[in-house]
Amino acid sequence: MKEIILVGLNYRTAPVEIREKIAFPEETLTHYLKALKGLSSLTEGLILSTCNRVEIYAATDTPEVGVEEIKGFLSVQHQLPLPAFEETLYVLKGEELVRHCFRVASSLDSMVVGEPQILGQIKEAYRMAHATKATSTLLNKLLPRAFSVAKRVRTETSIGNRAVSVSFVAVELAKRIFAHLEGREVLIIGAGEMCELAAQYLVREGVSTILVSNRTWERAVALAERFKGEAIPFSELGRALLRADIVITSTDAPNFVINKDMVVDILKRRKNHPLFFIDIAVPRDVDPQVNSIDNIYLYDIDDLQEVAAANIKGRQQEASRAEGIVAAAVEQFCRWYQSLEVIPTIIALKEKMERIRQKEVDKMLVSFPNLSARERQAMEDLSKTIVNKILHNPITLLKKANENADGEPYVDTVKKLFSVETE
Amino acid sequence: MINVLFFEITVGLYAGGTLAYLGYLITSYPKAAWVGRLLLGGGFIVHCAALVLRYIEAGHVPVTSLHESLSFFACLLVGSFLLLRLYYAVEIMGAFVAPFALLLVIWAAVLPKEIIPLPALLKSWWLPIHVTFAFVGEAVFALACCAGVIYLIQERLLKSKRAAGLSRRLPSLEVLDEINYHALTIGFLLLTIGIVTGAAWAERAWGAYWRWDPKQNWSLATWLLYAILLHQRLAINWRGKKAAVMAIVGFGSVLFTFLGVNLLLHGPHTYAEWLR
Repeated sequence: MKEIILVGLNYRTAPVEIREKIAFPEETLTHYLKALKGLSSLTEGLILSTCNRVEIYAATDTPEVGVEEIKGFLSVQHQLPLPAFEETLYVLKGEELVRHCFRVASSLDSMVVGEPQILGQIKEAYRMAHATKATSTLLNKLLPRAFSVAKRVRTETSIGNRAVSVSFVAVELAKRIFAHLEGREVLIIGAGEMCELAAQYLVREGVSTILVSNRTWERAVALAERFKGEAIPFSELGRALLRADIVITSTDAPNFVINKDMVVDILKRRKNHPLFFIDIAVPRDVDPQVNSIDNIYLYDIDDLQEVAAANIKGRQQEASRAEGIVAAAVEQFCRWYQSLEVIPTIIALKEKMERIRQKEVDKMLVSFPNLSARERQAMEDLSKTIVNKILHNPITLLKKANENADGEPYVDTVKKLFSVETE
Repeated sequence: MINVLFFEITVGLYAGGTLAYLGYLITSYPKAAWVGRLLLGGGFIVHCAALVLRYIEAGHVPVTSLHESLSFFACLLVGSFLLLRLYYAVEIMGAFVAPFALLLVIWAAVLPKEIIPLPALLKSWWLPIHVTFAFVGEAVFALACCAGVIYLIQERLLKSKRAAGLSRRLPSLEVLDEINYHALTIGFLLLTIGIVTGAAWAERAWGAYWRWDPKQNWSLATWLLYAILLHQRLAINWRGKKAAVMAIVGFGSVLFTFLGVNLLLHGPHTYAEWLR
């Protein structure tokens, strides 16, 4: 009976120095897949290679040989002696492998749990393996199952859409104030890494213009250029506040750059259109009193961090729900896998009994050539009834065990007791 | 009285829809919203059928008893929510609209359900026109009120920096404010038509456009309230929280006009009066 094996390493088991040496470049993956398929003990193969993990899935009749061959394959293809990386490898089989595969696809095994890229990567890996005809029955069942598990995890839990970094929380909040971010203008006052990161996310969400203001004109111009935005002189901040919908401040000013009176005045002139202040400066740039004005929302760095922390907590809760979905799918898959063996076992068992019965009846008929047609028929019927009655219990048990996903021990027992073989 | 059976099925479906939508609000499990939509949508269809059957049986639009009025209003409320959903991704509003509709039909369910004949004097095409415009207008105001309640919750959560939990599941403030604005203009237009056609009908039936009965007075007060709100929005840019509060106050006035006047005061709009 064929089974699936997995040899791989990931960010937990191997440092980046090894991961980068073992990784397979995407452009030449087809070539490697063909080489993998060429290994004598393997009947199916798939290579998943991302910056955080390299995993080889394969189907084989001889798992032990298969694992050694894959290890050798990694060593030869990357021209790296096996002892240099062997202890970073993990080998998985059976239920454990299925669970691992489903968890990877659902982004539960990712460095940043819930990050969405991994599903695309594993889909691409499968697409290429499939196109090279390196996959068959087992992997063609396992991978599509993994994708549907990942989809369920994504739609039934909110594991994927919780912002856990401060910059991303800012974007998430902006989307809860404004219906959409396309066409909005963002004003950056000051400079700083977090500021730029948040601005980058906002650009990705479709904001139209980035305005940059800085006490140092040259720095404003430089940052504006990077975002293809507009530099605004510090003295004209008020005018910029009329245009902007989202304001990110991060100056090193010792006092508030923006105070309540200023905002009240501006809000009137912008016809009460909401304004979202993201203050990531320490000491703060925006007077906290601003938050008490209607239609004005102010989050400082601590507020953002608190939301991020709450999101991380929420994500952990969601992860345990996701694990439940995975567990159910693993059980289902294992049942399918066993059914691959139970049905052939039943058939083999029936065939063997029928052969024995036929042989014995024939022998008997040779010894008694003078029997009438009716008597011959009676002998046939009698022998059939005996065989059926004897087989009734074992077959019922096998079928029931198959449904309850614990068929394996019975299959083995039946095979041994009746010495039947399945293909 | 097959319409009553249909009505009772409606109550059951609305109850299921309410449970599913509340489940969605608590768990944010998308399947729950799907089930809620299905049950509420199914309820709406059965409800429409019940109203049509009752219309056929009675020979006039079923708004001559409190039971009928509540049922008719609930049906329009659910219908306008289902319509709103096509334009805005505000599934979560179902968690507010469905319980409200359920409350209305449960109330209707415990009231006497016999058909009250319409006096010959009032039999006119003005009845369905007047009542439909007024009721649809009020249903749209109910949506504005729901959006207003959600706006206030979301605004409170964002202002107080509790943005990690429930807030994630509620629509953005801007969408809620937009719903408030559109519901306000559409509702106001419908209510205006409702009042004008009501006056025209009164002229036909009683010979006077305006008789200063409590229902008319309260309708006028409600209309003025919404006129002020609309003015504030358009002329001095009231938006967000103030508009949300106004939409809730305005709907309070609608409710009083709709129910309070009938239950507490007397006049030709009170159903019992028609029997005399």
